[in-house]
Formats: sequence, structure tokens, C-alpha cells
Amino acid sequence: MKFSDLHLRVPINDMNQTRRMIAKSSELGYSQIGVPLPSGIKQDVVDQLRQASEEFSVDFVTRLDLAPKSVNELLGSLRRFRRRFEVVSVLCGSKPLARQAAKDHRVDMLSFPTESRKRFFDWAEAELASKSSATLEIEMSQIMCLEGFLRVNFLSCLRREVARAKSFGVPVVISSGATEVLLLRKPQDCASLTFLFDMDAPLALEALSRNPYAIVERNRVKQSPGYVVPGVRII
Amino acid sequence: MTRYVRRRYLALKVECGETAPDRDAVSEVVWKAVLRLFGEVGVSQAGLYLVHFDEKTGHGVLRCSHKALPMVRAAIASVTKIESQPTAIHVLRVSGSLKALSRKIARTTVEVEL
Repeated sequence: MKFSDLHLRVPINDMNQTRRMIAKSSELGYSQIGVPLPSGIKQDVVDQLRQASEEFSVDFVTRLDLAPKSVNELLGSLRRFRRRFEVVSVLCGSKPLARQAAKDHRVDMLSFPTESRKRFFDWAEAELASKSSATLEIEMSQIMCLEGFLRVNFLSCLRREVARAKSFGVPVVISSGATEVLLLRKPQDCASLTFLFDMDAPLALEALSRNPYAIVERNRVKQSPGYVVPGVRII
Repeated sequence: MTRYVRRRYLALKVECGETAPDRDAVSEVVWKAVLRLFGEVGVSQAGLYLVHFDEKTGHGVLRCSHKALPMVRAAIASVTKIESQPTAIHVLRVSGSLKALSRKIARTTVEVEL
């Protein structure tokens, strides 16, 4: 089984640390990594990252994290940047944003802040996401770094959200969200952490392998030169 | 009536920032992680025991009850610090006996070398 970590937060300015993190990901068993990049990233930096990933036999995926303040800002950002990145994730900080992101076909992943009041993945978002191609993203570093009451609340939210996603057929993507080497865990260890919010082991492994791979594959097909609309290609 | 407790042996690799932790520190941090996440009942069910720990390489073997394996694995993955030093503990292999565990690890090492 091939595993993917679509949220490896490498420090782009520090190439040595970046290489260490990519090497560690490869060593732990990931064959695909997604690195969040600023929207105005230069192509030579992307090429450097891609080269470093190829060195460790890891597939490199460009990712854009959007944290808009309004629906209009989200739509504008999607219009401008969608075609330049393989994966687009939206941090939903308000209810209208979560609704729009859930129903927009250009959004790949919905992520939410850790505070329980700001997690807006309720049944309405789940239903909208099930009809579009959006998935629910869960970062393992959030679980590892929180403590006490905050973690209790967070796990309780995750338990509800995962159950909701399962009942509406919304795919879940598990990523590390690691900012340093020692926050990286093996895919099996990440899957075992999902035991804390009652996610089944087969679903957890899917969330680490099949679901992220499906997103990347779908977007790469869309970004290929011959693509016209779903099902139509210029040969 | 259960005649004996089925156990699982976990091969661990402890990665630490600067100085390597000692056996007691590793044992304590795993024990505390289970306690924090699953409470006293969880710890009592887990039957934790650090069978072996090599401070030089950071490799160790932890024993737990087979029913508590998901709890223990989750707790181990949640460890981020030992004695305020950033740490990661990776589970390399899980097995039902020490003999099988050492065989599995030896096989993995040979595969990597090949």
C-alpha cells in the first residue's frame, strides 16, 4: 500500500531542514508528499523542492492553503490560483465560508481550526461536500500538540465529524501537518492515532493512501494539456 | 475462564533531539501517555512493561496486553516529548512473542540491506 502525506509543512527558506523532512517522510514509508506553498511562489523554488523529493523517491505535490476572510475572497483566490496548484485546501473560519468551500468543485480539502466553536463541518456541509469533490482533512500534529481540555474538546469534535463524513460518504484525508522532523509519524502510527476519535482502521488507512492519491490523480488529469471537461480529452 | 493473558510485543525506535533518554524515562513517558489518554482503567488494562531498551541505539521492546494494543499504539504515537526534549517514538514491528519479533526485525534488516 502506498501512503501519502498531503500536508508536510517544510520551511521553504531552509533547504537543509526541508531535505531532512523529505528524507524522513520517505524513510517512514510515505511515497507522496504535499507541500503547502505561498500563492506567489517562484518556479525555481518549486523545481528545487521537486528535485529534492525525487532524490528520496517521493512524489512531490504542490498544495495551496487558502484562509480567506469572506466568500468573495475565496472565489477570487480559487479563480486566480486553482490551475497553478495540484491540491487546494481551504481553512474554513466561518459558516458561510465552510458552505461555499464544501459545494465548490475546485476545493479539494476542507480544514478547520482546532477550536471547537470554529469547526463548522455539520450535516449541511457534509451533504454539500458529498455532492462535490471536497474531502475533510484531519491533521495529526494538532492532536499531538494539544493537551488537556483543548484536546478533549478537539477529539470530541473529530469524533462527530468523522461519523458525519462516514454517513454522508465524504472521504477523509489524514495528513501530518508536521513542521519538524520529530512530529512525523509512520502511516500506521497515524492510523492508530485515529483510534482516539473512533475511526475504523481500514477507513484510516484509506484516508492515508487511497483518498489523497485520488485527489492528486484527479487534479493531474485536469491539469494535463489535453483535458477539456470530465470524460473529454484531446488526443 | 481465561488461563493466560495474551500479550503483544512492540519493537520501538525512540528518536530524541539531543541526549538519548534512559530506560526509566521511556517507560514513564509511555505509561503517562496511556494514563493521560485512557485513564487509570486504561493503564490497568494495558499491562505495560518495557522489556528491553538500548540507550545507544534508541531501540526497545515494550510488552502490553493484546486487547490494549490499539490504545497503546495511539498513546505511543501521541508522545512528543521526553523530559521536555522533542521526541518521536515509532513502532517498528508488533508480534505475539519475543522470538517472532526478533525474527521479523531480522528479516526487515536483511531486506533493507539487500
